[in-house]
Amino acid sequence: MTHAGHTYVTGPNSEDPAQPTGLISEGRTAVSNIELSGVSRWYGNVVAVNDVTLTIGPGLTGLLGPNGAGKTTVLHLMAGLMAPSQGEVTVGGEPAWRNPNMYRTLGLVTERESVPGFLTAWEFVLASAKLHKLPDPEAAARRALSIVELEDAQNRRISTYSKGMRQRSRVAAALVHDPRVLLLDEPFNGMDPRQRIHMMALLNRMAEEGRTILFSSHILEEVEQLSGTVQVIVAGRLAASGDYRHIRRLMTNRPHQFTISSSDDRLLATVLMGQRSVSGVSLEPTGVLVQANDYGTFTRALAKLAREHKIRLTQILPSDESLEKVFSYLVAT
Amino acid sequence: MNLTIMSLTLRAMLGRRRVLMLLPMPVILIGLTLVGVMSGADDAEWGPVIFSNLGLSVILPLTALIVGSSALGLEIDDGTITHVLTKPLPRSEIILSKLVVAWLVTTVATGVPLAVAALIAGSGSLAVGLVIGAAIGGLAYCALFLALSAMSKRPVAVGLVYLVLWENILVTYVSGARIFSVRQHATAIADSIGNTPLINSTVSVSTALIMSVIFILVGAVGATQRLRSFALTGEAN
Repeated sequence: MTHAGHTYVTGPNSEDPAQPTGLISEGRTAVSNIELSGVSRWYGNVVAVNDVTLTIGPGLTGLLGPNGAGKTTVLHLMAGLMAPSQGEVTVGGEPAWRNPNMYRTLGLVTERESVPGFLTAWEFVLASAKLHKLPDPEAAARRALSIVELEDAQNRRISTYSKGMRQRSRVAAALVHDPRVLLLDEPFNGMDPRQRIHMMALLNRMAEEGRTILFSSHILEEVEQLSGTVQVIVAGRLAASGDYRHIRRLMTNRPHQFTISSSDDRLLATVLMGQRSVSGVSLEPTGVLVQANDYGTFTRALAKLAREHKIRLTQILPSDESLEKVFSYLVAT
Repeated sequence: MNLTIMSLTLRAMLGRRRVLMLLPMPVILIGLTLVGVMSGADDAEWGPVIFSNLGLSVILPLTALIVGSSALGLEIDDGTITHVLTKPLPRSEIILSKLVVAWLVTTVATGVPLAVAALIAGSGSLAVGLVIGAAIGGLAYCALFLALSAMSKRPVAVGLVYLVLWENILVTYVSGARIFSVRQHATAIADSIGNTPLINSTVSVSTALIMSVIFILVGAVGATQRLRSFALTGEAN
C-alpha cells in the first residue's frame, strides 16, 4: 500500500490486518519483501494471472486457491522462472526476471517432485551449497539438513525416500544459503498429517526468525494451522487477502448445507426451523436438507436438540463442501 | 566453469540407460576395421567407408546427439533444472560446464575407438587425425545439440532431422550445404592430419576450422541466451 509518500507493509504479526505494521521510507524497500505491481501473465488467449498487485513482507503467508487458480504461475513469477506479460515483480527491490543474483536472497521449493534420485540428501544439499558458492558448504549443508531433521537418513539415496522425506530434502536444499525469502509450491501435497504438522511448525519457526515465507496450497483448511497472512487467489485474480483470523472466521461463519438422516425427519425439521442458526429446511427423500448460516452454533445446537426431542441421528453429511464453493464464498465476501 | 555442475551432469548422464546406446558402435567400428585389414583389399576401398562414412558420419554425430542433448535436456525434462537455475550463477557458467562435460564424453566415446581402429589399420597419423577431428567435430556437434535442447522440447528429433536431412540428403544434392555440415568439418580435419588413403574429405581444412569455431560459438552463445530467459512451462496452474 502506498500512502502519502510512504510505503506501508502489512505483516502477519499485526493484530489487525488493516493496520500497517511497518513504515518504510519511500525508495527503501525492505530487503525481504516480494512485490507484484499490476502483474498479468497470459499464455496465448488464456489469462493465468490477471492484474495482481500485492506486497508480501516477513512472516508466514499462505497463497490459497483452487487448482488452476494461478498459484504456481504467481510463484514462478516471483522466483524469476517466468516473465510477467505485464507489470513488475521484485524481490527485495530487485527485479525477479533475468536476474540470477536475486537467488542469493531467495529459495524455491517447486511443486514438481524434481529431485536427482541418484544423489543422497547430503550430496544434494551440499551441491546446492557449493552452487551458491558459500564459504563453508559442508557446515551449511549440515545446518540445513538438521533444520529439516533429515540427518539420520542423509547418506541414503533420495530415490529410497518417502514423499515427505523427499520434500524435506528439497526444503533443505532451498534453505542452505539461509535465504530471507522462501517460496514453497504446495509443500503439503502428499504428506501425512504428522508430516504436515512438522512442515507447518518448520515454516512457522522460520517465519518467526524474520524470513518471508510464502507457500501455496489448494487445501483451504490449511488456514486452520496457519498463523500468518492469507492471500486467496481465484481464476488468476487476488480474491481475498488478510490476516488468518479473518479468513478463518469467514470460513466458519459461512453458510453450510447438511443432509441429516434421523429416526423422525419431520420432527427434526420442525425443531430445526425454530433455530436462529438455521435459515432453511426441506424434507428430501434422503433426509432433512438444512441450510445453516452459522456453522459453529448450528453444529453445537444440533446434538442438544436431538437429545431433547429424543430424535436419533443416523447420518450428518455436509453437502456443499466443494472447495470451489468455499472459495467463491470467500471471493463474494 | 563450475565443477559442481560438471560432476552432477556427468553422474546424471552416466547413470542413465541411454548411455548404453553408446556401447555397440565402437565394437562395430573396430570389428569392421579388422575385417577390412584381414580382407587384404586396397586401403582406399574400405578405409573411407569405415572412418568417414561410419566413424565420423554416424558414430560421432549419434554419440554427440545422445550426449549433447542429455547434458541439459534431461534436466529440463524432469524439472531438476530448477535446482541449477535458482542459483546465483551466470548462465554462461552453466552452459560452459555442461558443454565441456558433453564434449569430453563424446571425444572419449568416439576418439578412443576411432584411434584404436586407425592403429589396427596401421596408420598412427590417422589415429591422431581422427582424435583431433572427433574432438573438434564433437565440440561443434555438442554445442549445436546443447543449444537445441535449450530451445526445443524435442532436441533429439530436431537433431536427427539435421543429421539425416541436412548432412545426408541435402549435402548429396547441394554441394554448398556441406559448409554447414559438422561431419564434413571433422572429416576434413582428420584427413589433413592423417594424410592417408584411408580417409578422404571434400571441404578445405581452413573452411572446416572456421566453420567449426562458428558452430561452437553460435551454439554456446545461443544456449546461454536461451537459458537466460528460460521459463518453466508445463506445470503452471
